[in-house]
Amino acid sequence: MSANREPGGRTVQATLPIPPEVYREMGLNDAEYQRVVEVLGRHPTYTELGMYAVMWSEHCGYKFSRPILKLFRKYREAIEGSGLENAGVIDIGDGFGIAMKMESHNHPSAVEPFQGAATGVGGILRDIFTMGARPIASMNSLRFGNLDDPRNRYLFEHVVGGIAFYGNCVGVPTVGGEVCFEECYSGNPLVNVLSVGLVRIDEIAFARACGPGNPVMLVGSRTGRDGIHGATFASVELGPDSESRRPNVQIGDPFTEKCLIEATLEALKTGYIVGIQDMGAAGITCSTCETAAKAGTGMRIDVRKVPLREEGMTPYEIMLSESQERMLAIVQKGHEDEVARIFTKWGLNASIIGEVTDDGLIHVYDGNELVAQVPAKSLAEEAPTYVLDTEEPEYLKRVQSYDLSSIPEPDDYNQALLKLLASPTIASKEWVYEQYDHMVQTNTVVLPGSDAAVIRIRGTKKAIALTTDCNGRYCYLDPYLGAQIAVAEAARNLACCGAKPLAVTDCLNFGNPEKPEVFWQFRRCVEGMAEACEFFEAPVVSGNVSFYNETPDAAIYPTPVVGMLGLIEDVQKRCTSAFKGEGDVIVLVSGWTAEDEASCDLNSLGGSEYLKAIHGLAVGKPPVLVMEKEKRVHRVVLRAIDQMLLNSAHDCSDGGLATTLAEGCIMGDVGAQISLVSNCGPAAALFAETQSRIVVSLPAEKLGKLREIAEDEQVEITVLGRTHGDKLEIAVNDEPVINVKIMDLKEAWCRSIPRTMED
Amino acid sequence: MPKANVYITLKPSLLDAQGKVVQGALEKLGYTNVSAVRIGKYIQIELEGDGDLEQQVDDMCRKLLANPVIEDYRFEIER
Amino acid sequence: MKFGVIQFPGSNCDQDAYYAIRDVLQQPVDYIWHQESNLAGYDCVILPGGFSYGDYLRTGAIARFSPVMGAVQEFADRGGLVIGICNGFQILCEAHLLPGALLANNTLRFRCKYLHVRVENDTSSFTHLCYRGQVLRIPIAHHSGCYYCEPDVLKELEEQDRILLRYCDRDGNVTEQSNPNGSVSNIAGILNEQGNVAGMMPHPERAVEDLLGSEDGVLIFRSIVERLS
Repeated sequence: MSANREPGGRTVQATLPIPPEVYREMGLNDAEYQRVVEVLGRHPTYTELGMYAVMWSEHCGYKFSRPILKLFRKYREAIEGSGLENAGVIDIGDGFGIAMKMESHNHPSAVEPFQGAATGVGGILRDIFTMGARPIASMNSLRFGNLDDPRNRYLFEHVVGGIAFYGNCVGVPTVGGEVCFEECYSGNPLVNVLSVGLVRIDEIAFARACGPGNPVMLVGSRTGRDGIHGATFASVELGPDSESRRPNVQIGDPFTEKCLIEATLEALKTGYIVGIQDMGAAGITCSTCETAAKAGTGMRIDVRKVPLREEGMTPYEIMLSESQERMLAIVQKGHEDEVARIFTKWGLNASIIGEVTDDGLIHVYDGNELVAQVPAKSLAEEAPTYVLDTEEPEYLKRVQSYDLSSIPEPDDYNQALLKLLASPTIASKEWVYEQYDHMVQTNTVVLPGSDAAVIRIRGTKKAIALTTDCNGRYCYLDPYLGAQIAVAEAARNLACCGAKPLAVTDCLNFGNPEKPEVFWQFRRCVEGMAEACEFFEAPVVSGNVSFYNETPDAAIYPTPVVGMLGLIEDVQKRCTSAFKGEGDVIVLVSGWTAEDEASCDLNSLGGSEYLKAIHGLAVGKPPVLVMEKEKRVHRVVLRAIDQMLLNSAHDCSDGGLATTLAEGCIMGDVGAQISLVSNCGPAAALFAETQSRIVVSLPAEKLGKLREIAEDEQVEITVLGRTHGDKLEIAVNDEPVINVKIMDLKEAWCRSIPRTMED
Repeated sequence: MPKANVYITLKPSLLDAQGKVVQGALEKLGYTNVSAVRIGKYIQIELEGDGDLEQQVDDMCRKLLANPVIEDYRFEIER
Repeated sequence: MKFGVIQFPGSNCDQDAYYAIRDVLQQPVDYIWHQESNLAGYDCVILPGGFSYGDYLRTGAIARFSPVMGAVQEFADRGGLVIGICNGFQILCEAHLLPGALLANNTLRFRCKYLHVRVENDTSSFTHLCYRGQVLRIPIAHHSGCYYCEPDVLKELEEQDRILLRYCDRDGNVTEQSNPNGSVSNIAGILNEQGNVAGMMPHPERAVEDLLGSEDGVLIFRSIVERLS
């Protein structure tokens, strides 16, 4: 076996076949095991088997999702071209780039919510600063079951606590995100975390192990037994025994991470680091084989040189440990000391554990004994991929064809509105974001609570805007349309603060892909998302797939979360969603004609929060989306913000137009008098989640200019009313239906979550 | 190897907000006879040599482990 | 005149304080590494916010033993101006440069928000550009900001006019509802006996530009600058 021969003539001792129950327990099937044997030309050692099992899991190897992810243009180009980097970098001009990525930590959070969420934040931050980018903002997209269940309250409280614990300590502002509540996430909470970093385009660091002979350095924390096989853990359904898997959960140390950020950025400035990669899933295995594979090199390492936290760890455990706050750095030979000194200054370990080779193999030694010797590319890039069966789920026709006309109008529209505002998905998330330091680094110019967060870029006039969006219920009712709406809504949120979309990162959360119905949902969502991202000129530059979000009882709604980055050219020209005082005109900028606006087809309540919160139903079809119309609305609002015409802009989404208006009033502490026209019931006019609509407010004298822009973009605008007094009053077809004090709206909206959580 | 077990608690005169919440939770679980909960820290220190370990640990507590403005401490040494 | 911003491992508002002094106040400023033992040449030293040493054990407990803290003690003894913000305030209390201690918020949660504080002392080196009773809008961001001291210390602070700032509502009323963390007597900031060492939980360095929502923090830094020049 020449492939296994060391320069010194050493080979891995031929080993016996591994019993099927052992490799199956690790997550490999019979065919995959045979594939390992073919690659190696012999049976693997126990350590090698562990390395393949983890690298070929869905979590690391994307064995199920990769064929579908090729629908994303950038992903396809990257796979076929230069290879994937840790996070996409988007050029924002002035010599700066933004590194952006989102990742899921669903399974660890389901078992241990505090540490699961905390280490999720740590992992995504390392993805960013490993590129030489200073993390400047984080966000998160969270989903839980109903809060009447104490277990869900526990998960919610501790996930938020874990994010706060980690994010606050590392000094990266957590500037917003979303939190939704649906029964299907009970037992399957979703914890998706997003981080962005700022990097000079000419200083981007790469995860490549270039230059045979260069030393390989492990920096950061010591290695313990935590999280062994966490990656394979994330690739199986959670069962009743998940609790007993607790030892798999890693513990986060944000203090070490903060030092690691500073030390890494300082070390990169020396220019002596030729390649660097963070360690997340599959620890040393993943970082060594991926950096080597990307550079077309190999690596020789000795696990005895890895600083350990516990005694008696085996090579298997060391190679697979998922201890947090570690990085692998490939250093220019002869400059090891300069680099090590920087890490030592920050109180961190920096140990040379091996060197780069030119033979394409990962050689793992335990002192003098060779315990693994495998082709780097076979681990990193040659995970078997599968084209799974797809089948349209049976439930779809049933829920889509539900007869919505059978649903009665509410007795009291005021009560319906108050109930909707208090629905945890819609209610104010101040209880959450007050626990996050969202101001550190002093660049957050639009604080959480508006449609998108805005971060200024010092040294330029620019700012970036960030939002995360996904309506899982829409995706359940129509995966393709639901995913498109997620992208459209993200772009709409950016438009409301004055930002043009630049790029998308995604977190694709689904059930068990080996079920044809789930894989069908996955494929349809990706198709819809890929198309919408191209249309809105916001390509997917990075992301993550999380499957197996199901318990024996139920799978989650398909939940493809979109994290979208936008650019504001002039930070002075930005907008928020709160109304600003008395006497402004309130205007609906809509992609639809006045006739459409009044029609029942367009204003269907299908999939709405209203149906869910008031009638307990998740039925119908999601609202219609015509992307061309949507884009025109964005253009109108962007141009109006650029000309400083608007005092506020707020998108219409969950809870419909009435909710949008109520939120504008509550946040602005001012009332409004509104008149709507509708050909179907008032409930539809108030609560239908019709797409492509933005509510803006402005001084009356600027209305003419707004009209000009709208005409130019072939968009109709409708004056709905004006800001006035201390009540929200809405009439439909001149019939008063809503008349509530802002104080009462505020009580419902602001106090709902604190009341539930502090009970 | 001698081992010191150090216990640190908030002074009785201070409101222990954490303890209060835990007490409330225990009461909700039906433990109606819980009259007070105080939460503190437990620190394990492994020591070498003998000498006056009591004096040494007491020093550690006063200098670093406890803040005398708000906390009380006690310890025991296992030899 | 020169400012120094001390960097402990885990400080995370050091760069914000540095930016506020250099870019907004346009004054000379250096970073001072926690291993430094000489503060010659500085006129005002800032202990910034953050989580020094992870705030493990107790907030500020480990940082106070950094070599630089010996130098800070000497610097303060010689009359140099020292201001501790948030974690810096906690460290100054642990180091006994200021009386009292900071406990976990009575909400038991981290709180980050804009709020109002009332200026109680308008003659100090840190607040003399404000007027007594002036309401400043400055954010807080902390988990352990509940100021506590013995009743006799509180009496002393009051009698010697050493309470700098109190949490209040937007009209300047000091109420229980405007107290975000359970601090005794709504205290948000205090002075030492000599009046040259100040500690405060609110972050003035976060309120130095209109773009960020408030410029009220500038008053604190400008007070220092004017006193020194």
